[in-house]
Amino acid sequence: MTALTVPARPRHDTGLRPVPWRRMAWVTWRQHRIALAGVAALLGAVVVWVWIAGLQLHHAYAAATACNPASPACADLITTFNFTNNFLVNGYTLQLVPALIGAFAGTPVLARELETGTFRYTWTQGFGRWRWTLAKLVLLAAAVTAAAAALSVLFSWYYQPYFNPGNQPLNLSEASPFAAGLFDLRGVAFAAWTLAAFSIGALAGMLIRRVVPAMAATLAAYAGLALVAGNVLRQHYMTPMLTTTLNLPGSAWIMNQWWTKGGEFAFAGRPPEYLLEQLCPAPAVGPLGKPSHETLAQCLSQHGYTQWTSYQPVSRFWPFQWIEGGWLLALSVLLIAATVWLVCRRAA
Amino acid sequence: MSMNVIETSSLDKRYGRTWALRECTLAIPVGYVAALVGPNGAGKTTLLNLAVGLTVPTAGGVTVLGGRPAGSMAALDGIAFVAQDTPLYRNLSAADLLHLTRNLNRHFDQYYAETRLGELGIPLNRKAGRLSGGQQAQLALTLALARRPRLLVLDEPVAMLDPVARHDFMASVLTAAAADGVSVVLSSHVLAELERVAGYLILLSRGRVQVAGQVEDLLATHRLLTGPAAEAGRYAGRPVVHARRVEAQARLLVRATAGDPVPPGWQAHPVGLEELALAYLREPGAAALPGPARGRDAHTSEVTK
Repeated sequence: MTALTVPARPRHDTGLRPVPWRRMAWVTWRQHRIALAGVAALLGAVVVWVWIAGLQLHHAYAAATACNPASPACADLITTFNFTNNFLVNGYTLQLVPALIGAFAGTPVLARELETGTFRYTWTQGFGRWRWTLAKLVLLAAAVTAAAAALSVLFSWYYQPYFNPGNQPLNLSEASPFAAGLFDLRGVAFAAWTLAAFSIGALAGMLIRRVVPAMAATLAAYAGLALVAGNVLRQHYMTPMLTTTLNLPGSAWIMNQWWTKGGEFAFAGRPPEYLLEQLCPAPAVGPLGKPSHETLAQCLSQHGYTQWTSYQPVSRFWPFQWIEGGWLLALSVLLIAATVWLVCRRAA
Repeated sequence: MSMNVIETSSLDKRYGRTWALRECTLAIPVGYVAALVGPNGAGKTTLLNLAVGLTVPTAGGVTVLGGRPAGSMAALDGIAFVAQDTPLYRNLSAADLLHLTRNLNRHFDQYYAETRLGELGIPLNRKAGRLSGGQQAQLALTLALARRPRLLVLDEPVAMLDPVARHDFMASVLTAAAADGVSVVLSSHVLAELERVAGYLILLSRGRVQVAGQVEDLLATHRLLTGPAAEAGRYAGRPVVHARRVEAQARLLVRATAGDPVPPGWQAHPVGLEELALAYLREPGAAALPGPARGRDAHTSEVTK
């Protein structure tokens, strides 16, 4: 039916050079531009949203810090700042961003190939399947990580007012840079979490082989890892410091507090009632009718009690960022390596 | 040239507790359109997946194109594979798929591919998912041929096609094989196509190679004997592959050449490839394999019915 023939194939196969890596740039772009556009749209929406919210927040903060603290109008301004953008205060909403990137950009890379059967085409091309997998994952991982890194700069700007050490005396909200929902939105941690979520997604897609269940698994695995990291791992990055001072800055991350007397353990947490009645029977009454923690602590220390606090000082913020970024990067490399290995040995 | 395009030795492949291939040893020589035939579940797809490196064997080895390990970059460079149901990226246009394939391979003949799609009337800007089944198969074949492979592996290429598309597709394959010297290995359970196409036949049954050889040789060494049904049980001249009765007449497929004597009362006829394949498919115990170990004589089966 056709007289068209395939031209004679060149016979210089002996020194076989692989297909150049750079060819995968076009392939990856062409095949994932919709997913990347989706990520860009998601990030763009987050940028606009956080930008507008951030302008409000910074405006409210400027107003609250500029007013005369004694005036009643100032109390309103302080309340206004404290309640601005309630849904963003603890940072948990924005934790969704890496999770969604992992699920929507990471999972389909392999799951869609396996689900639709196109891997039979792709993995039999001359490029070689492990090289194809590695090139694709590395390119996409770099793209989403870079985008996340840019986004975290915006987040740092947004949360800046909460980290001012002068906030507490003015009754303005103050947060520790170590706060569970905020630590991983800033510095290098956010980009590292995005990379980890992407890698989890890629591996889940390879293991589960179907897009939608793999997306669900990715979201679950990411949430589990983030919870464990925030609540269990992070406090152990460096040995906490010990202090007997009664007034730590609000930026410090307090791990534990306990009291000793004469070098022996007395109690942990709140002082028992009998002790207070015995030692501090008529304490200075605080503004709410109850003695404040500081007043009690001063009273107890006058009676020979010592308060011990183990904590992470704010100066460790960047070391903690690098530690978290480092192990997440190592984990991501491991996950991507595992994915490539699985691709190589997968039985079709 | 004595190169084998696919060579397996004692190849085993197990999925869970099911054996897809058992002790499969075969050598498909270069320069043929080789047909891989067998009932569903015989291991055809498994064998082809092993040859293109999509699957790793449980035991034994596969090499392609004269000793290259299956799945290695050197092997993939010379093989083009069109899988069952011709999976393509449905949301990519034909032009994108050409570009994609070009980027993923050392050799790609863009002019050939575009000209061929033009001749077939497949618009370059149409998405693969919107092409008809026959056009998708032709597009997949074009992508494969434009890579200038030395071996073209097709897994059930025409199973989903209507008769016209099936005919056109096979004609394209034959052109490539005849004019360009591409060796072809294709699996199919459409026996009727094979007569026209295949120069080499491999018949798989329950994961084992039952028949392997050049079609010419196979046809020259088998004869169809017809005679009275009552005599069928007493025929003892040459090994019988399969016996069948049609009313009072017995039809025996025997391993015999044109020169072999025909007993009195019997008539010898040349056999067609479809009939030969059918006879072996109905007798999974019978085998016709090349090589000195097994010899040219068939393992005969009981005369049934």
